Amino acid sequence: MAKDQTPKADELFSTIDYKAPEKSWMDTPVEFKPGTFCHGSRPKYLELLHMPYPKEWKPGEEDWKLPENWKEIFLDGMAERLKKYRSFKLFMDICVRCGACADKCHFYIGGGDPKNMPVLRAELLRSVYRKYFTTSGKLFGKTAGARELTVDVLRELWYYAYQCTECRRCSVFCPYGIDTAEVTIIARELLNLLGLNTDWIAGPVSNCYMKGNHLGLEPHTFKSSIEFFLSDIEDITGIKIEPTFNRKGAEILFVTPSGDVFADPGTYTAMGYLMLFHELGLDYTWSTYASEGGNFGFFTSNETAKRLHYKIYAEAKRLGVKWILGGECGHMWRLIHQYLNTWHGPADFLEVPKSPITDTAFENARSTKMVHVAEFTADLIRNGKLKLDPGRNDDIKLTWHDSCNTSRGMGILEEPRYVAKSVCNHFYEMPENTIKEYTFCCGSGTGLNAGENMELRMRGGFPRANAVKFVRDVHGVNTLGNICAIDRAALTASMDYWVPGIRVAGLHELVANALVMKGEKERTVNMRNEPLPGKEAKE
Amino acid sequence: MRALTPFVMVIALVLLAFAGIKTANLHFLFGVVIPYAALGTFIIGVVYRVLNWGSSPVPFRIPTTCGQEKSLPWIKQNKIDNPSSSLGVIMRMAFEVLLFRSLFRNMKTELKSGKVVYGSEKWLWVAGLAFHWSFLIILIRHFRCFIENVPFVFKTIEGLDSFLQIGVPLFYITEATSGVLMRYFYKVHIVGVKILTMGLISFNPDPKILNEIGTIFYVHLFLISVLLAYFPFSKLMHMGGVFLSPTRNLANNNRMERHTNPWDYPVEVHTYEEYENDFRDKMKKAGIPVEKE
Repeated sequence: MAKDQTPKADELFSTIDYKAPEKSWMDTPVEFKPGTFCHGSRPKYLELLHMPYPKEWKPGEEDWKLPENWKEIFLDGMAERLKKYRSFKLFMDICVRCGACADKCHFYIGGGDPKNMPVLRAELLRSVYRKYFTTSGKLFGKTAGARELTVDVLRELWYYAYQCTECRRCSVFCPYGIDTAEVTIIARELLNLLGLNTDWIAGPVSNCYMKGNHLGLEPHTFKSSIEFFLSDIEDITGIKIEPTFNRKGAEILFVTPSGDVFADPGTYTAMGYLMLFHELGLDYTWSTYASEGGNFGFFTSNETAKRLHYKIYAEAKRLGVKWILGGECGHMWRLIHQYLNTWHGPADFLEVPKSPITDTAFENARSTKMVHVAEFTADLIRNGKLKLDPGRNDDIKLTWHDSCNTSRGMGILEEPRYVAKSVCNHFYEMPENTIKEYTFCCGSGTGLNAGENMELRMRGGFPRANAVKFVRDVHGVNTLGNICAIDRAALTASMDYWVPGIRVAGLHELVANALVMKGEKERTVNMRNEPLPGKEAKE
Repeated sequence: MRALTPFVMVIALVLLAFAGIKTANLHFLFGVVIPYAALGTFIIGVVYRVLNWGSSPVPFRIPTTCGQEKSLPWIKQNKIDNPSSSLGVIMRMAFEVLLFRSLFRNMKTELKSGKVVYGSEKWLWVAGLAFHWSFLIILIRHFRCFIENVPFVFKTIEGLDSFLQIGVPLFYITEATSGVLMRYFYKVHIVGVKILTMGLISFNPDPKILNEIGTIFYVHLFLISVLLAYFPFSKLMHMGGVFLSPTRNLANNNRMERHTNPWDYPVEVHTYEEYENDFRDKMKKAGIPVEKE
């Protein structure tokens, strides 16, 4: 939508400038540039969620309709969080400004705004911390790097807290492991105490809270959306699939981000799940109540995230399943891996996950009882349980995008690669300093994948696109694979912008293409209804 | 110029110590009182800061994983950069603290002919490592001032510390300079220094020796004292902080062992019952099973 106002790719590239400005950052006031920030949250969402200070407001305007005691609320909130999070307290104190993180942020690389250097992004809040929570800051003020919390400072904090996707790339390079995500998370929590969320985050959060998923699909719509895929699958494979919903007594509950039920190309991945589970005869169920694996609450506050992810274990318990299988999603898996069990565990009403097909017990998930679908499928292929025809993907020259959350907040790197290489004959890695733990964010994570901030998203997506362009030029790569729903939406946009012609595909779309199903008709098209290699003539 | 303020401050400190000894004859103050006060501040300050950090809990287990997780038995785990056991964590921390593992990863982002490229950039790591290890060696070398019979290890270290002068923060340079001046140029009364330090360390300083030591030693001692006293209030505390960093010192065993949050509290949720109440008719019509007909 706002794409029209976004400068063309080469124009945007020419504005990238890493030269340090002459003025000190503290003397450079924040400027709200159109195309780089999201709309403010509408009051109805915050009211529904019982969150503080709902109001109509516009981030680009001067008046944010702040409560009179906003400063007190912010500083009290900060004091509380310094007591609650060692990460926050420590990261406010120990940075030595060595500069290792400075050029590691995708927003910095794609723009050159110094305040997008992780060190400086954190410094925006650190300077406030020094002023109100350290002796030296209280005594020496600016000399000690401290500054007063003013409305302008608050605006600056907001602007840059929503220019960080909490991807943790900087924390890989920091000699003390300072994680800007921890700082941004707290900054956003503090801003939310004043009702300063974005609409693109607050909307999905309230949808998910009331209706079970970010998109706000009501139970019957969620079901019919999936049923819509079934007729496509039948057209492609000749096989009729009948998944179940909210079924008690199923062995496995399947939870995946709702984005894949709704928008291409994620839908092809969702179809892949349906086909795979059908072929295995898996005793599983979807849930319309726990119909969201993702969690935009995490981009609001820890408490909101906890409120949304409550449904997963609650539904597993209600339905009496044995364990939970999770679909492809980035931040969903950071949360399931690092937070869910702490929030809502112990999940002792579930069993240690065990694949009913291979009898493999997933010991690495013995406490959380949730298995990643890439782990599940890798185990199937390793044990020879799937009949695959990778030749059906021969038109695909694949490269692999590691999602930030699953790489740096979990470490699922080889499982998806093993699956991808089993179903695709042509696989090429991007340069090693841009993959695995060094991977670049899509540029649109943490609820930044809106329409009105397209310039920001394209800047943030540039480093990933830059690496894709490299393998396209060298190896003729035409497809970017990944295991994240936001990647599928966001990378599609950033590839169209920076490297047109590159397709974005989820792992299980590729699996679905290659999967030889019992009783299927001769396949002539792939999941996207395009002719399979060698079948073009018949079309 | 940003570097100017600290430079002026250091010069002021040097002059202060110089004047204190040369004109005001405050040998006891600079030789005994200030060092004790500084050491006290250092110890109490550092302990306080570390305990203070420690008093904030780690509600979630959030290691930054930098390699393959432990999952299926046939997939090779990166046991150091993505540890799942305590031993792995110890290894990871050892690499971090002794060899600056993360800094070793550093690369430089540059724009080159319409592309962004990431070049090798090891200087920060080399300089950081050289500086910190030199600092440690200097520290250990000074032990000969505090120990009656100097052990063999310290003597060995003295042989290999000739590569010390790197672009380091001004303060340390000044200290090193005063140290070098003492050793090679002004030749302070080293036996006297040892008597003083031994006296200080046994809490029984000999006041008679104070006047026999050269002024430059007092400048050196004063600068060290200021550094020690400043330490707990500054970012130099990163030394202690690195050990507490939750992105580095935790095992990535999240799905294997439950981590508990000490301040966890119940939150408002939307239960299934409420959800079914909202949508029961639509669910029934769509053939989705419900709890209450």
